[in-house]
Amino acid sequence: MKQIVKEANDRAVAKLKNAMPFWVDVKSAHEALGIDRYTVLHAGPPITWEKMCGPMRGAVIAALKYEGLAADNDAAVALAGSGKIRFEPCHHHGAVGPMTGVTTWSMPLICVENRENGNFAYSTFNEGAGNVIRFGAYDDGTVRRLHWIEDTLGPVMKKFVQESGGVNLKAVIAQSLNMGDELHMRNAASTNLFIKTILPGLAASCEDLSVLRDVIRFITTNNDQFFLNYAMAANKSAADAAHGIPYSTIVTAMARNGVEIGIRVSSLGDRWFTAPAAAVKGLYFSGYSEADANRDIGDSAIMETGGVGGMTIAAAPAIVRFLGAGTYKDALSFTADMYEITHGESEQYTIPNLDFRGSPIGIDIARVVSTGITPVINTAIVSKEPGVGMIGAGISRAPIELFTQALLCYGKEVAGLDLSVQ
Amino acid sequence: MNGLNKLFTEDLRCVNLGLEIFCDAAVEQGTPCVQVEWKPPAGGDPRLLMVLEWLEV
Repeated sequence: MKQIVKEANDRAVAKLKNAMPFWVDVKSAHEALGIDRYTVLHAGPPITWEKMCGPMRGAVIAALKYEGLAADNDAAVALAGSGKIRFEPCHHHGAVGPMTGVTTWSMPLICVENRENGNFAYSTFNEGAGNVIRFGAYDDGTVRRLHWIEDTLGPVMKKFVQESGGVNLKAVIAQSLNMGDELHMRNAASTNLFIKTILPGLAASCEDLSVLRDVIRFITTNNDQFFLNYAMAANKSAADAAHGIPYSTIVTAMARNGVEIGIRVSSLGDRWFTAPAAAVKGLYFSGYSEADANRDIGDSAIMETGGVGGMTIAAAPAIVRFLGAGTYKDALSFTADMYEITHGESEQYTIPNLDFRGSPIGIDIARVVSTGITPVINTAIVSKEPGVGMIGAGISRAPIELFTQALLCYGKEVAGLDLSVQ
Repeated sequence: MNGLNKLFTEDLRCVNLGLEIFCDAAVEQGTPCVQVEWKPPAGGDPRLLMVLEWLEV
């Protein structure tokens, strides 16, 4: 690779690898991000209300009712389509959200500080299983759960983390990769490790035993993905640090809104390169099929952007069948392919089944286009009907068009090439 | 030429890039053959190839 580009990519990947994400606080979205009451953040690249998929519309309805801006579903729909609500990607505000990713004014956010770079990233708390806005539910129970998270979980977690001085998220990610997680669809080890880490301090800082009991029940029951949101914010803090490096061809964001998928590239500013979101190939729960599925959705592809998730599926034999990803040999093959399209290997995130080889990190648009190998994304499959929820899990591939668009832009604007003569 | 003649007196082991039927034919005739999944870089798009050339990828 041209030396100036190699050095830029070395710097970008160093930022990804050397990030030191610590959970340091809990703040409301308006306090942390400076958004106003009529701004609704969502997963993926920019999208209008009119074009949103069913689950994301459901999540918006729930959020507007939760914020007290709409008394019922009809009023929420009318408000959402009125032009009064500003819809923006979470990514534009240093935040990330799984599935619909809908984030609004009052929601308490996990605040992660990247102590290597001094920047912050944010995510909501994982709501757990059942009727949740991340899958597009918008009934009264969904809204009540959001209020409980705001009124009870948020303050308890805030008090704990402020008293603790911060929780090292990288240590949890690294250890759980060695325990069979890949950190996107399998967070069994990471969630358990995280709870074990915080439990003594949580018990000491929360004086109301009935509140403590409710919080512990929430984070330990039907909430195996509780750590995912922390890990997403950790990877976002690393990816943002890797963004804005001149000449770099490294991907610093990859996100889906259920209709489109988009990427951002380190040297190409804040623009998104987009393509239709993929249909997810996977295993469906009983009674569901591909006909019921929404297209790929969520900011959780930040996990792959940061060198885990689909990149490290070889570290997670247990997830292979759940994703319908074939055999374990296929998983090894997926990860082997990812080494072909990434610029570096992590020293901290290692894969025991590959003799502790570092995870493939730093997706390079040039390598993707040159090889034709596209990033593997492990993901949940959500019903296209809002409120039905998760109906399966599988693997999607980021479309090659994202990377060819980005590379052509790079050729014109960074390399200064005249591509019109071709 | 001697090297080439020698090639046809020995057992062959083949590597095939492209149409899989060539690999299948070799295997059917008892000749080990490995199929390599090769695609032209950048799908052969000359604009992308120009950028990749600049990048020295």
